[in-house]
Amino acid sequence: MTARAQIFWTAGSIGVTCLLVLGWQLVADYSGIPPVFLPGPDRAWNALVGGFSSGELLPLTEATVERMFYGWVLASLAGIVIGAIIGSSKIAREYVAPMLELVRPVPVSAFMPVVIAIIGLSGGMILIVIALGAIWPVLLATVYGVSSVEPRLIEVSRVLRLNRMQTLWKIALPNSMPDILAGMRIGLTVSLVLAVIGEMLTSESGLGFHVLVAARAFRSADLFAGVILLGLIGLVSNVAVQEIERYLLRWKRR
Amino acid sequence: MKLLKASLLPAFLLVIWEIAMRANNVQSDSLAAPSQVAIAFWNALFDGTIFSRTAETLRAAMLGLALGGGSALILSIFLGLVPPAARLAQFSIEVLRPVPAVALIPVAILTLGFGYGMEIALVAFATFWPILIYGMAAIVNIDQQLLDLARVLRLGAYARVTKIVLPATLPRYFVAFRLSMAVSLIIAVTVEIAANPLGIGYELMQASQSLHPALTFALVIWVGFIGFLLNSVLLFAQQRLFGPAGATMVAAP
Repeated sequence: MTARAQIFWTAGSIGVTCLLVLGWQLVADYSGIPPVFLPGPDRAWNALVGGFSSGELLPLTEATVERMFYGWVLASLAGIVIGAIIGSSKIAREYVAPMLELVRPVPVSAFMPVVIAIIGLSGGMILIVIALGAIWPVLLATVYGVSSVEPRLIEVSRVLRLNRMQTLWKIALPNSMPDILAGMRIGLTVSLVLAVIGEMLTSESGLGFHVLVAARAFRSADLFAGVILLGLIGLVSNVAVQEIERYLLRWKRR
Repeated sequence: MKLLKASLLPAFLLVIWEIAMRANNVQSDSLAAPSQVAIAFWNALFDGTIFSRTAETLRAAMLGLALGGGSALILSIFLGLVPPAARLAQFSIEVLRPVPAVALIPVAILTLGFGYGMEIALVAFATFWPILIYGMAAIVNIDQQLLDLARVLRLGAYARVTKIVLPATLPRYFVAFRLSMAVSLIIAVTVEIAANPLGIGYELMQASQSLHPALTFALVIWVGFIGFLLNSVLLFAQQRLFGPAGATMVAAP
């Protein structure tokens, strides 16, 4: 496809999105659904702009993003370390890995009541649940990546007399980077979901709690503004990790 | 032998857990020994609550999956077969897809109220995207010769879809369906825990808030078991029905 055609189609697809927003506006204005239930994009936009200029939305956004980020980093580090240990040892693969398969199908949100009962309704509980939930994609990807290193590379490490730590650090982990990064990208999505749910349950300040309160008070414009913001966070964080992924894996495209 | 090795660590942990609870004579509102969990599970199983609650959750999850997956199936076939439409829809999909389904919980409460309706709608939203994305990728990957064949045979749009496109992409749709099944259960339980007074998630929240740790643990294990069971059945079906064709995963674009 030529560059010009590319631009044409991109503009076209953005245009379609604009049409959808326009359709939303028309439905909100003329369908007779009261704005309490369906605010138009104009009201949602005003609530969004108003929320930021009054200084209300920024700290909430920061709280949610921070929570999601820290939980994600925690989960990723733990996932890589534990995954590397399990993946690089035959004993651990035989004895420990099957147990992970038992824990994995439990929806992470189901752990929330348990964690709430143990450590109470707090920001720490949200962080633990995020870490608990976002660790799986990273952990499993690392186990897979580390245990499926090309046999010839293992032979190379033996010839170079690398010890286990060095083999892991210099060969197995770099080799599993694509898997680990893909796992981390999924983990980030999970982190956002759990941050929102955690805030709803614990009433910790953040966008998740904010949208719930807005819905209970029938402030639907604020509600939609919050949802749009959460969607933006999801979009931006996903694109950011994708770009980092592309940068780190640039050796692969050659 | 493999099974023995696999069960060694969980068994060991359970024994340690039991001994630790008994040795310290723990009377807790948040922890329970494995034996207590087993008893609570047994009781819940026989007074029938666990089954009726699970049925509620599964009903919402399945109806949501049918609604979300069904509409995604139709849309993905259309977008897959009409490339200009796919290009035009691309931006809208990229913008809408990252919206976390749980962020829509308050919207669903506001517009639909509590009950099956809102849960089904949220499950439908969450399962719509994976099936749409995997489906479009599957259709783009159809062997060009098959599509040429359809043209040579002068098949109409309907015949082309039912005789060429669907059979060629069925294994991949099935994989997407299996993944979405897991998503549907997760979202249903999550919605119940966060808001909706329905199903196993609500029961779980009740058990936790009324300080019944043994029942809470038992229900968490049960939910995991349901997820495991559904996935195993579908995985078995996938291997039986499609063999290696189902195993070749489409990378999500």
